[in-house]
Amino acid sequence: MALVTYRDALNQALREELRRDPAVFLMGEEVGVYQGAYKVSKGLLQEFGPQRIVDTPITEEGFSGVGVGAAMAGLRPIIEMMTWNFSLVAIDQIVNGAAKLLYMSGGQFKIPIVFRGPGGAAHQLAAQHSQSLEAWYASVPGLKVVAPSTPYDAKGLLKSAIRDDDPVIFMEGETLYGSKGEVPDEEYTIPIGVTDVKRQGTDVTVVAWSKMVTVALKAAETLAADGISCEVIDPRTIRPLDDGPILESVRKTNRCVILEEGWPYAGVGAQIAYQVQQAAFGDLDAPIARVTGLDVPMPYAKNLEHMVMPTPARLVAAVREVLYLD
Amino acid sequence: MASRVVMPKLSDTMEEGRILRWLKTEGDAIETGQALAEVETDKATVEMEAYTNGTIRKLIAAEGQFAKVGELIAIIGAPGEDVSALLPVAGSAAPAADAMPAAVAAPAAAPRAQQAAASLPAAGAAAATGRSLKASPLALRMAAEAGLDLGSLQGTGPQGRIIKRDIEAALAEAPAAAPARQAAPQRARSLSLVAAREAGPESQDVELSSIRRTIARRLVQSKGPVPHFYLTIDVAMDRVWDAYKALRDQKSSISINDIILKAAALALRQHPEINASFAGDHVKVYSRVHIGMAVALEEGLITPVLRDADLKPLEEISDEARSLAERARAKKLQPNEYTGATFSISNLGMMGIEEFSAIINPPEAAILAVGAVRQVPVVVDGALTVGWRMKATLSVDHRVADGAAGARFLQTLRKFLGG
Repeated sequence: MALVTYRDALNQALREELRRDPAVFLMGEEVGVYQGAYKVSKGLLQEFGPQRIVDTPITEEGFSGVGVGAAMAGLRPIIEMMTWNFSLVAIDQIVNGAAKLLYMSGGQFKIPIVFRGPGGAAHQLAAQHSQSLEAWYASVPGLKVVAPSTPYDAKGLLKSAIRDDDPVIFMEGETLYGSKGEVPDEEYTIPIGVTDVKRQGTDVTVVAWSKMVTVALKAAETLAADGISCEVIDPRTIRPLDDGPILESVRKTNRCVILEEGWPYAGVGAQIAYQVQQAAFGDLDAPIARVTGLDVPMPYAKNLEHMVMPTPARLVAAVREVLYLD
Repeated sequence: MASRVVMPKLSDTMEEGRILRWLKTEGDAIETGQALAEVETDKATVEMEAYTNGTIRKLIAAEGQFAKVGELIAIIGAPGEDVSALLPVAGSAAPAADAMPAAVAAPAAAPRAQQAAASLPAAGAAAATGRSLKASPLALRMAAEAGLDLGSLQGTGPQGRIIKRDIEAALAEAPAAAPARQAAPQRARSLSLVAAREAGPESQDVELSSIRRTIARRLVQSKGPVPHFYLTIDVAMDRVWDAYKALRDQKSSISINDIILKAAALALRQHPEINASFAGDHVKVYSRVHIGMAVALEEGLITPVLRDADLKPLEEISDEARSLAERARAKKLQPNEYTGATFSISNLGMMGIEEFSAIINPPEAAILAVGAVRQVPVVVDGALTVGWRMKATLSVDHRVADGAAGARFLQTLRKFLGG
């Protein structure tokens, strides 16, 4: 197995699927000549040509709509959002188009499309470019939402997303692109909607996805030094949520902390907390806790940005609280 | 001029009522028709209204206290008016805690208050669980499984919340006190459970609800003076079962119980001697068929009445029976909906009871106890086959009718049920 960056793992997934199926094409801003704003599409224009690696003007709504139309006509588009923040001008095509056409055509039109790009905050990109929008898209029936945390998951899940016959929102972690992890040399896929246990533990269940898995694993290290054993669970797919392993873990640990980069109000964590208390009420020894980004637009100032983002220290405090320590 | 407020008779069988909650306090103004208190009667919880305008001068009965119908419970008058003449004299009526200092309370006057106080420690655990006790869902479950009394534990969580570690500590303590014989983990667990039981109270005094008091009083009245006899019949239910299934396939909500109810009503029409009451020097034979249907409640049972059941089509019986049962469970029945039955049916079939005998609900002369409809081996024309059967037992007041009359009624019932 090779040590591969998250960026290169995604690149491998794109390349393999473009080779595998001539109906697959990639479209977006700077995906071709510039090789991708984050170099995820590096080398693809050279191999597949401008018919299948399509550079667009700065027109998210337009090229998202072209993608939905292409999907209706039988192609398998991959639409790259330079970041998910820019999808807000294309959200009508995604929510009212991609998500609804199978339903509103009485099943006549499958929409096998992937919208992908980086989500979440990076460093000092300010209020408009630092958003985690998974809760927005996960609330829409008709969409699948995937947010992988490791190179291995990113590659396996992107391949499944491209082969999926429904629209998939694929949210990459902007600050994860350079992270490295082991990726098998042979081909593999990871099914959408399968939760993964990232660290085994016995005292508390921590649920996190995408970049927050890194935060959770760091906090788990700190807590382990105090003899507290965290189980870190990564749903990987936000919708449809595979809550079985989460519930199984909570039944073992009797407590649950949900970590989320996005805002607290109506967040994904609120939905997970609902499902956990509904199914495992009698197993809870403490109220379910959430650690989230603060309920404000992201500040530009570095010190303030740091205060808004969930940190290992905030997670450690929440874990100690549900364990009735301190 | 000040007037006395007494416990009203809120149902025709009510003999006493319990003040659950005063809705006004002393000094409040009140008008005729305004709700004064919530009263639990033998049948339901109802709001009691004021019959006069004025100011609440004195609330005499304490919340939770029983008062006999006609007993003074409050005084309404003008502000400042001297109402002392209306106040109960020590020993003449059930006192309220603040009406009389404990030191001078006449022993005969205060038995109920003392009884209530004496039962407090025992009932305290239950009361605490209901009100002020905080515990995590897991702790609640663990305590229930181990038979631990949460009231005896001190919680170490925030605001005294009882959490897993408190339960574990309590369970660890209990077997430590017992002899250290832990041959097998299974045995240790049962020991700790037994020890936890032993640490708790041997028994708990549960106060009688009004409805349970009424059941106790009336059924003794029945079983004592009413000479019961019992007749059991086995009814082939194959045709009823087929009809029920066909109706169900058509999305009808008619149940087997509805069909039995209708059949019994029609049989009573043919055998009026069963649809009757013993009245001392004569037997009262009713001309209408009103069937009381026993409905189980958490704290007892009640028999809402399906009037003129012999006249109503099945569809209507089904709708009305369901509505009565639902409202009975919600304690929403009006008094006229649970009084005036001429015959009763009690069905425990849905709880898997094969057959049983019911106690007559006086002044009715009979009650039908219906068991489960079940598939059994039967002999038809000398051959063994499978059929649907149901056992029904009729309890009859022997002062009203004899065995042959009861048997004829049951034969007719069986005929109507197609078996």
